[in-house]
Amino acid sequence: MASFIQLLISGLATGAIYALIAVGFTLLWQTSQTINFAQGEFVMLPAFFVLAAMNWGAPFWLAALIGIAAALVVLGLLFKLIVVDPMLRYGVLPLVISTIALSLLLKESVKDFYSAQAQAFPPLVPDADVHLFGAVVSTQSLVVLGVAIATVAALHLWLNKTRTGRSMQATAQNPALARILGIPVQRMVLYTFLVNAVLVAIASILISPIYLAKFTNGETLGTAAFIAAIIGGFNQVRGAILGGIILGVLDNLSAAYLSSQYRGAFPLLILIAVILCRPQGLLGRVEERTV
Amino acid sequence: MTRLGAVVIGVALALALAAPFFLKPFGIYLLSMWAVLTIAAMGLNLTLGYAGQVSLAQGAFVGIGAYTVALLTQGGVPFALAFIAAGLLCFIVGWMLGYPALRVSHHYLAFVTLAFTTLVFLVLRNEQWLTGGIYGINGIMRPVLFGWSTGKALHFYFFSLGVLVVLALAIWWMLRSPWGRAFVALRENPIRAASVGLDTRRYTLMAFAVGSSLGGLSGALYAPLVQFIEPGSFAINMSFSLLLMVIVGGSGYFFGPFVGALVAVLLPEWMRIAEGYYLIVYAALVMVMMAFCPTGILGLVDRLAKAAMPNGRSAPAIGAERTAP
Repeated sequence: MASFIQLLISGLATGAIYALIAVGFTLLWQTSQTINFAQGEFVMLPAFFVLAAMNWGAPFWLAALIGIAAALVVLGLLFKLIVVDPMLRYGVLPLVISTIALSLLLKESVKDFYSAQAQAFPPLVPDADVHLFGAVVSTQSLVVLGVAIATVAALHLWLNKTRTGRSMQATAQNPALARILGIPVQRMVLYTFLVNAVLVAIASILISPIYLAKFTNGETLGTAAFIAAIIGGFNQVRGAILGGIILGVLDNLSAAYLSSQYRGAFPLLILIAVILCRPQGLLGRVEERTV
Repeated sequence: MTRLGAVVIGVALALALAAPFFLKPFGIYLLSMWAVLTIAAMGLNLTLGYAGQVSLAQGAFVGIGAYTVALLTQGGVPFALAFIAAGLLCFIVGWMLGYPALRVSHHYLAFVTLAFTTLVFLVLRNEQWLTGGIYGINGIMRPVLFGWSTGKALHFYFFSLGVLVVLALAIWWMLRSPWGRAFVALRENPIRAASVGLDTRRYTLMAFAVGSSLGGLSGALYAPLVQFIEPGSFAINMSFSLLLMVIVGGSGYFFGPFVGALVAVLLPEWMRIAEGYYLIVYAALVMVMMAFCPTGILGLVDRLAKAAMPNGRSAPAIGAERTAP
């Protein structure tokens, strides 16, 4: 039982990080039909911004802020202006190809211009163990869980309680109608890209102390985000959160109780099952499909 | 097909036949790799370019084909049989993978096939008793056909080129047949295709299965060409790069994969000066191309040819068989 609680909490922590990534992923899809195949690399990159800032002598807290700011500019603003905007008129596929190329570009750039080696990344809190219901839980997991929940909660409040947030939701649901109602649709779309940049930067800072910062990190993280988004429902922020948490918990439990070799396979099997039985996802609405 | 097209194809074939005599063994190896990967890209072009299904599983089929041939030939089965078995196995698996393709479309299909690729990779890596796990399979023999050994690089190149030409002719014929027209109809307007009485179900499965079996046949040549296979070669990166080949060459153009594979295989060599940075340059080029000309190199040639002859006389560029409006 103790080990179960342990696994559950570390699973929740990983799942919360997946949820952050998946939420950004769904937001981009909703507002601009962008399927970002580079989302995993987007999570990999900010950690290197932080490390670069620390190499320049910045203390960790400042470096983290610089990392988030750099992510806002590069992964939010520039990504939208340079990669997405020129491509939208061609439809979904060219943009998919372009983001696949972008993921390659980011990965290789980090490898060639920073380092091919895994880099140690400072943790948010000193590592210690906490005893909880007889289980030993690391403070890391608890902090990750706390920060991720706080971020998602803040995002949720912002989306539902502020005028801007509600305008963003309107844009996501029906851009044409939103425009008629006087919502500056283009600016709202830009906001989603910025929100996504902040989410991936936070995820990056949370996950890098655990996985180390490495240029290949994005591969698994990106897939996890896709799967979480699809399991939960591509068109629902709540769905992405649920999907992320299910995925994280399941990943940890199946590795411990079923087979660690096939750890990577269980999420994929669930993905295939969900797509076949409930393509709109657990919480998703049925979208009009072009057959 | 126009006379110009025929001339271009003839010159290209003559070049492909003459080139290896002027190249070092490594150059011949690269050309063979081009021929082998073109087969896989041609299969993907069938699924993506003609039937309009985004598949990220082609690399996995190359892997299945490669392992089938490696294991069977090491077990004493003649190469010809193993080659056919690789194609058949991938046809069947592709057919089964086609079922999800019937239920979902667009990006969902991309994810299902991506999941499939990862599953295949996991099986290849974990089932050590069969596949040798991460150590892969070593010392795969090049086949001897009718007493003719393809052990030498030059011989194996001609063998691969021969297979490529035969398969290309078969696909050419198929695309001219009602099947091929049905594939294009599926891509252009599935509802209309169904309304004029096409069994869209069967043709989608068929497009998937034939495309996959070409992937398997490509793998069946890949294994003896490289002579060493390991699971990592067939992970998602292989599927991505095959997809990029089809897109860069021009998806939906018959000769798109030929051009795309040539770029993908030769670019690293041309860009020796750029050393490790060539992937960065390649990725950047793909992104620029997507922004300005999403129809690929042949799409660009097509466009330039049309611009050069504005008087309505269509002079389609080589293989400009794209039936898009």
